[in-house]
Amino acid sequence: MGIARTHAVALLGLTGALVEVEADISAQLPGMILIGLPDAALAQATQRVRAAAANSGCPLTVHRLTINLSPAALPKHGAGFDLAIALACLAADSTVSGESVGKVVHFGELALDGRLRPTPGILPGVMTAARLGHTTVMVPIGNESEARLVPDIRVIGVASLRDAAIFHGAQLPPIPVEPILAAIVPTDLSVEPDLADVIGNDDAILALQIAAAGGHHVFLLGPPGAGKTMLAARLPGLLPDLDPASSLEVSSLRSLGGLGLGGALITRPPWEAPHHTATAAAMVGGGNGQIRPGAASQASHGVLFLDEAPEFASPVLDALRQPLESGWISIHRANAVAHFPARFQLVMAANPCPCGQYGAGDLSCTCPPNARRRYLARISGPLLDRIDIQLNVKRITAAQLRLAAGTQRMTSVTARERVVTARGAAAERLRSTAWSLNSQVPGPWLRGAAVRLAPSATAGLDRALERGGITMRGYDRVLRLAWTLADYDGLTLPGPDQVGQALYLRKGMTS
Amino acid sequence: MARKDELGKLGEEQAARFLEGAGYTILTRNWRCAEGEIDLVVQRGAAVVFVEVKTRSSLSFGHPFEAITVKKLARMRRLAAVWCVQAERWPRQIRLDVIAVIAPRGREPVIEHLEGVF
Repeated sequence: MGIARTHAVALLGLTGALVEVEADISAQLPGMILIGLPDAALAQATQRVRAAAANSGCPLTVHRLTINLSPAALPKHGAGFDLAIALACLAADSTVSGESVGKVVHFGELALDGRLRPTPGILPGVMTAARLGHTTVMVPIGNESEARLVPDIRVIGVASLRDAAIFHGAQLPPIPVEPILAAIVPTDLSVEPDLADVIGNDDAILALQIAAAGGHHVFLLGPPGAGKTMLAARLPGLLPDLDPASSLEVSSLRSLGGLGLGGALITRPPWEAPHHTATAAAMVGGGNGQIRPGAASQASHGVLFLDEAPEFASPVLDALRQPLESGWISIHRANAVAHFPARFQLVMAANPCPCGQYGAGDLSCTCPPNARRRYLARISGPLLDRIDIQLNVKRITAAQLRLAAGTQRMTSVTARERVVTARGAAAERLRSTAWSLNSQVPGPWLRGAAVRLAPSATAGLDRALERGGITMRGYDRVLRLAWTLADYDGLTLPGPDQVGQALYLRKGMTS
Repeated sequence: MARKDELGKLGEEQAARFLEGAGYTILTRNWRCAEGEIDLVVQRGAAVVFVEVKTRSSLSFGHPFEAITVKKLARMRRLAAVWCVQAERWPRQIRLDVIAVIAPRGREPVIEHLEGVF
């Protein structure tokens, strides 16, 4: 009796696939059959669409509707297909123009009264549509500003199914409705804690700046109350603004998580601090049907902070090894593989022992030596090996507090400016290579002919290697840090001072 | 007779006339047995058709077709089998049809016919 088709997008990770939504009307008793691997929420679209269409003044046919979501073997999730399904059904019945519907990619969940609800994942969805060459998308009005963040694509925001049908040529007078707008998410990201709040701990402050400048991972070890969390929370404030590509990626991940964007891309690096009871799925992503990004992905291009790191389950910590190496997380399921970006900067904080007082000086540790040893051993060697800066943070003394009152402390703004300059210098130096940050450069290249340091500069480091104080891998990491220190100090080459400082930042933990 | 029964009677009458016009021969009307009732049993060529007629005076409570549930269809199928057993000759071909009659008061009724719904 009638057939029509339109388009929607099924998301899998951050990438999506175009889905053709076909509707066929056959001379049968009323019914609506949805095929093409829908999940539970999508299978219920039939109920929503029928009610929404009736309440919008353009009821569906009384005959049987068969709706196929193609490719049929691709699993599809969520209520975002409602609008596409409704318009395909109306076009099959010739209520709206099939030609017009076929040229547009539709997004949006329907309310029973026919209005469109804001839907998660609009930004990656519209990006997919644009990438696959589509020129027009139709989205709920609550997501219009988010969809407009994607360049070079025409965005039509509609408040209701009736408006959508009128756009596609239905002969109906418009009825104004109160649009459903996205919930306002407090985006208080502009208030980042300032570095000037930190008293004492000058070496830790330097370490943070070096970490920001070179993109190095950081491990902070110290007794409770030493200010580890306070220091770590100031790292995102030292990082430069996101470049356009990473900004789009961070915003897409946020949109995928169902958090609104409020019409602007996220430009500041994200900060994720999962609790130490987090599961592996919460950390790297997962989920039964729909595969969702985890904390590591949400922290992409920003900072992932693991407070009380030894309290995390070791499989959770070790799950981070793959993304630390590759910058990507791939989650495999029987019928799909989802890829999420996970190029985060890792900051871990830990107490030196279960009671926390070991090495603190003012109180004595009550832990048996065995418990102390076991505590830090929970962080596996391979993971610790990937962390360039390992620093001991000490409690502040009364003398330092008095002293700090009179001295000028560095603010986050000035520190960030230096970080940006240092990153610029590194990028300039590494221009002909595949890397842009010192933390990405492999060791053999640093020891290679192109950038090998003079023996006089590396004398202290060489001696540490000879004595067995550090391994070859540690040697490379110290070199890497030394280069960042040189970039930070505005030098063209690291000298003995930078190498010495780098050795301190690396070995501070074991001292 | 209650108004809804009158409407039903009117609808069945309309449906019978519609089917006769379409070349069907009416075998029985309102055939009853212990299990229930078949509105119309008609024949065209070799096919014996069992017809359920649903009548509504307006669409405000939904289309008549929407009132044909899976349960009702299953009963029709059972009744058709019972009818075949008691018939003189077992029909060579059988079919279940549904006819919707929308009969607003004082206006010409609209008839919709769905063939082979089971």
